Amino acid sequence: MAKRIEASNVSSYYGSFKAIDSISMTVEPKTITALIGPSGCGKSTFLRSINRMHEVLPNARIEGRLTIDEQNIYDPDVDVTAVRRLIGMVFQRPNPFPTMSIYENVVAGLKLNGVKKKSLLDDAAEQSLKSANLWNEVKDRLNRPGAGLSGGQQQRLCIARTIAVEPQVVLMDEPCSALDPISTLAIEDLMFKLKDRFTIIIVTHNMQQAARVSDKTGFFSIDKTGDPGRLIEYDDTQKIFSNPTQKKTEDYITGRFG
Amino acid sequence: MGDYPSSSTNASAGGSGVTGRHARPAGTGVSPSSYDEPPIGGGGALPKKSRFSMEAGFRGLSTGAGAMVLVIIVAIAIFLISKAAPAISADTVNFLTYKQWFPNDTNPNFGIAALAFGTVLSSVIALLVAVPIALGIALFLSHYAPKRLANPLGFVIDLLAAVPSVVFGLWGRDVFMEPVRDFSVWLNKYFSWIPLFGGDGPFGRSILLGSLVLSIMVLPIVTSLSREVFQQTPGMNEEAALALGATKWEMIRTAVLPYGKPGVIAAVMLGLGRALGETIALALTLGTVFSISFNIIENGGNSIAANIANTFGEANATGRGALIASGLVLFAITLVVNMAARAIIYRRREFRDSAA
Repeated sequence: MAKRIEASNVSSYYGSFKAIDSISMTVEPKTITALIGPSGCGKSTFLRSINRMHEVLPNARIEGRLTIDEQNIYDPDVDVTAVRRLIGMVFQRPNPFPTMSIYENVVAGLKLNGVKKKSLLDDAAEQSLKSANLWNEVKDRLNRPGAGLSGGQQQRLCIARTIAVEPQVVLMDEPCSALDPISTLAIEDLMFKLKDRFTIIIVTHNMQQAARVSDKTGFFSIDKTGDPGRLIEYDDTQKIFSNPTQKKTEDYITGRFG
Repeated sequence: MGDYPSSSTNASAGGSGVTGRHARPAGTGVSPSSYDEPPIGGGGALPKKSRFSMEAGFRGLSTGAGAMVLVIIVAIAIFLISKAAPAISADTVNFLTYKQWFPNDTNPNFGIAALAFGTVLSSVIALLVAVPIALGIALFLSHYAPKRLANPLGFVIDLLAAVPSVVFGLWGRDVFMEPVRDFSVWLNKYFSWIPLFGGDGPFGRSILLGSLVLSIMVLPIVTSLSREVFQQTPGMNEEAALALGATKWEMIRTAVLPYGKPGVIAAVMLGLGRALGETIALALTLGTVFSISFNIIENGGNSIAANIANTFGEANATGRGALIASGLVLFAITLVVNMAARAIIYRRREFRDSAA
């Protein structure tokens, strides 16, 4: 259920603008990896490159090599929709489909993949909502609009929707930045629980959150605006936050910069 | 882990950083009047609100504009009813079910049935043809075409809406009728077992010709409104669908079409409104036959608005009243159509309103 992600010399571009420069890192299965760094340093771009959401934007392209269990994600013969099914994504702002009910939202991905049998869909919806710690709150109103939930519930609904298609890797792009501390805590608990089944990569601006939830942490930075983002340091979270090798990392996590 | 250094050491409390004419320590009880001039927030007593302000003026203006709508609607209704009532009471047959139209006879006999049927039939066929094409164009412009192509193409389609309907009517009668007649003959040859395409001719100036001309006329409005709502689909919903492994068409089905549905319904209803009320293009293309028939390729067909245009010139007092009565029926049809559309949109209101 979980796979290894390997990036070697990945550079991503928007047109002629280079957003990240030669990122290399290995993410082990069933771990949580946090990507931290100042705004505009390319964390989200790197994350979106992993499941090929980067290329959705006009003129976006990448160089370098990204693999999932040795298979090249950017192989021209690979079906891009299959990549995105394998590597799910949770976005910064909760984005349930506004026209769908809670139930329809959770099974949307399964329906896209051709699952039609009602009993299968019902089971998957219940399991995913339970995994996302949302079942007890919504089990009596599955046919109500998904957009009517609170922000934290919506984000957990989006997580349920993502894990319903049984991906191998879950990417989270600042999933808690629009949420209050209690909802944030609920999502962090959820990440610990999901770690047993998925490889999780999370971009966060909240350093305490990175320190709390992740096994490994990557610190991204830029020299100045307009320069591409680089991976400054990538190590065990414990080490990054107690005894970083790089001066820049230390400056950032102690709040002297960024 | 992750502790921030305390920044409170830099923030010595109060006063020392403040400069300028307010350079007094706060809270020592100096009254505002001792400053050189009152601060912007106003000093002393609370100012009175002005009696005649722009605020009140605009409020009055906008209320008046809102009331105007009601006045106009009521005035139209009163006008139609007061002119129509004498003619209908002079009618010697049932106005709603009679098919012929002889209001100028000494014994006026006229009915709306054939006209109303022709109006609705031609409009419905026009929409059946136009809406799928319009949605296709709208989706192409909003989600498939490159920007360099989409903008000029959208402009050309809007230009189509600017062509006067009499031009469409003349073009339909003099140019478009030939291919439609040939097409009708072909339909009749192979599909005459379908009642729609039966009959022995002559073909050409038929409901089909009128409907096709109408469909070209309603195409621009349905297209540009649908394009507008499709473009408003939140990008994050499109990304959500793509991230679940949707292809582009699946993304459109999952995120774009459901989101745009109320807007598309509104666009179709506006198109239907235009088709129902279209006058001169149908007056020029339809065969002007007072009958109720589902045969759409034989010469024939008529509509309320076209009939008004064709017969108003030689109508006497009762005849004009009869035509106004037919206008009243058209008004009622449009009203019902609009209310039905509202009801459809309203049913899913909960899902739309909760979408942030």
